[in-house]
Amino acid sequence: MSFFKPKTEAVAPRKAPWAEKYRPRSLGDVASQEMVVETLKKTLQSANLPHMLFYGPPGTGKTSTILALAKDLFGPELSKSRVLELNASDERGINVVREKIKNFARTVVTTPPASAAQNYPCPPFKIIILDEADSMTQDAQAALRRTMETYSKVTRFCLVCNYVTRIIDPLASRCSKFRFKPLDETNALERLQYICQQEEIAANDEVLSRLLIVAGGDLRKAITLLQSASGLAMGSPITVGMVDELAGRVPDAVIDSLVNSISKGIYKDIQQTVDDICLEGFPAAGIVTQLHDKILTDPGYNDNAKSVVSAALSEADKRLNDGADEQIEILNVAYHMVNVLKV
Amino acid sequence: MLWVHKYRPTSLESLDYNEPLTETLRRLADKEDFPHLLVYGPPGAGKKTRVSCLLRELFGPSALKIKEEQRVLQAGTRKFDFVLVSSNHHIEINPAEAGNQDRVVVQELLKEIAQTQPVDVTAKHRFKVVVINEADSLTRDAQAALRRTMEIYSPNLRLILLANTTGSIMGPIKSRTLLVRVPAPTTEDIGNVLAKVADAQDVQLPQDDAARNQLWQNISEKSNRNLRRALLMLETMYARSEKIDASTQVPLTDWQLMIDRIAQSIVKSRTVQQLASVRKDYYELLTHCIPETVILKELLFALLPRVSAVAGKNIVDAAALYDHRLRLGNKGIYHLEAFTASTMRILEEA
Ligand SMILES: Nc1ncnc2c1ncn2[C@@H]1O[C@H](COP(=O)(O)OP(=O)(O)OP(=O)(O)O)[C@@H](O)[C@H]1O
Ligand SMILES: [Mg+2]
Repeated sequence: MSFFKPKTEAVAPRKAPWAEKYRPRSLGDVASQEMVVETLKKTLQSANLPHMLFYGPPGTGKTSTILALAKDLFGPELSKSRVLELNASDERGINVVREKIKNFARTVVTTPPASAAQNYPCPPFKIIILDEADSMTQDAQAALRRTMETYSKVTRFCLVCNYVTRIIDPLASRCSKFRFKPLDETNALERLQYICQQEEIAANDEVLSRLLIVAGGDLRKAITLLQSASGLAMGSPITVGMVDELAGRVPDAVIDSLVNSISKGIYKDIQQTVDDICLEGFPAAGIVTQLHDKILTDPGYNDNAKSVVSAALSEADKRLNDGADEQIEILNVAYHMVNVLKV
Repeated sequence: MLWVHKYRPTSLESLDYNEPLTETLRRLADKEDFPHLLVYGPPGAGKKTRVSCLLRELFGPSALKIKEEQRVLQAGTRKFDFVLVSSNHHIEINPAEAGNQDRVVVQELLKEIAQTQPVDVTAKHRFKVVVINEADSLTRDAQAALRRTMEIYSPNLRLILLANTTGSIMGPIKSRTLLVRVPAPTTEDIGNVLAKVADAQDVQLPQDDAARNQLWQNISEKSNRNLRRALLMLETMYARSEKIDASTQVPLTDWQLMIDRIAQSIVKSRTVQQLASVRKDYYELLTHCIPETVILKELLFALLPRVSAVAGKNIVDAAALYDHRLRLGNKGIYHLEAFTASTMRILEEA
């Protein structure tokens, strides 16, 4: 009788964005990163593991890989008691390192239940994942050093970060380092094809490799773009143009108009062009990158021109990264280029 | 009620310009797997309006029923107050209000909202939304704290970040969001919106089309295609006289007029006394909470039409230098003064 039906049935299931939905569930699902995956697969057999440091740019599979490894080692049930994940959204000051991490590190490893032991290696240690470790304070990292050593018999640490230079040396040197590369076409393309198949969407390989290019090897970005593009296409095939538009790439025509205006050398007009570009909201960093690619690879410009342009772009890149005003920076770059680009 | 508020669209259907973008948002809102968004574009382009229309599209009219609440949050041993705006389906944070504590705000509020169940199980979507205004002012720490949270809680929680530029948003956050660019409205767009509002308010406009277009163009230019400013300008013009035409003066704000006077005086006299008097003006502006970066930029663009091309090039160079230093330094007034002094020297040498 419907009256007794559990309420939950009526409610639509929750759905995560695709980047989360298609997170690799086991090491086998991790695309590219062959070196890392090979090495880790071996540890599955030997059931031993060093402390590890995963580093590399966003969306290349670091978090996915360690979570997948933990599942492959312990299975979904035992993972709950054997794995502790802390990330930058948790309080991770020095006190937490002293208390929470230490408490988990020193608990005794229990014998795995038969169900887990039959299907998974279940090695006799726990794993502490410190995701986004680059945002831990130096003090907290220093405190971690001791903990790592003291409990190394029963605990393995895996530090995950984008910026390896922010990890203090004594900590980094205790870990095996695994570098995650931006994803290249081969394997990542297969992953995208697989998602297209699952979601029943039409996109040819040209579109998929364009996704990887505009995402700069960041597979999460590529997947998010794919999801949005498929939402917009509503059943019709996705095109390269849609991908470029969604990725927020500055259109080539805009860069051309800027270069064109600069080469005419009329300051007032250049100011107007820059003003218009900024009002369109195009990101300055993108303009700098695309100016760089256009001018420095063009054999039509001489060495002197290229050196002036690259000096201006280098200064602008640094300042923009420090949060400088985008319009002033682009205008300044443009004015500096006038003397060498003017025809 | 100000016209800017009175005529603010509240649904995607009633948005005035940039139809393709509106369509994109509509299609995104249709799906349960709606991604995190980073909405960016110049001031006054209508980002905020579009996002509230989007919220309404996602959750229906109840998303617009908002209330303010005062929260006490704990950072270490210190407690501090924080005001947030919320509906049944979303909350809205202004990180600037939390200053250096923005990491704590992000940590606490996001976890809390992700873990509470939706009140309304019949709602079209089962996730909640957190809108972060001025996301470009989030500290690195706060951004770092968002990273994994955005992944772990993504079944229950979606983020919409609003920013003028994406430059100070860190890579890992951009990787987790769909970037949505909102360009400034064109002069024509602005004209259309102004005409609609003027009509509803019975403003007496010039009969002739050319004169009317000239009027819209004047306002569009003076507002720098900032629709909010444009509407405020129109309202001020109307307050001064019921009849408006192409020759009606477009009013600037007091602080803009003051900066314009500063530019004038720098060009006219390059002396130590002048520098001292300009400093007083800067202090005056600062006490009215006009940020140093805004002063410098406004001043630069007030100077450029008044100087030669060569001098202009050098002044831009100086502006870029001191704008950068302003961001890294502590004493904003020093950099404003240094920029003023350099400008005087450049003009002297020209
Ligand atoms: N190598 C990969 N193989 C398969 N999927 C991947 C890979 N890298 C990234 N992804 C996809 O991107 C999403 C995010 O990946 P993941 O969380 O592992 O990135 P990350 O390297 O930890 O990035 P960040 O540095 O930003 O935390 C995954 O959920 C998955 O959908
Ligand atoms: Mg990660």
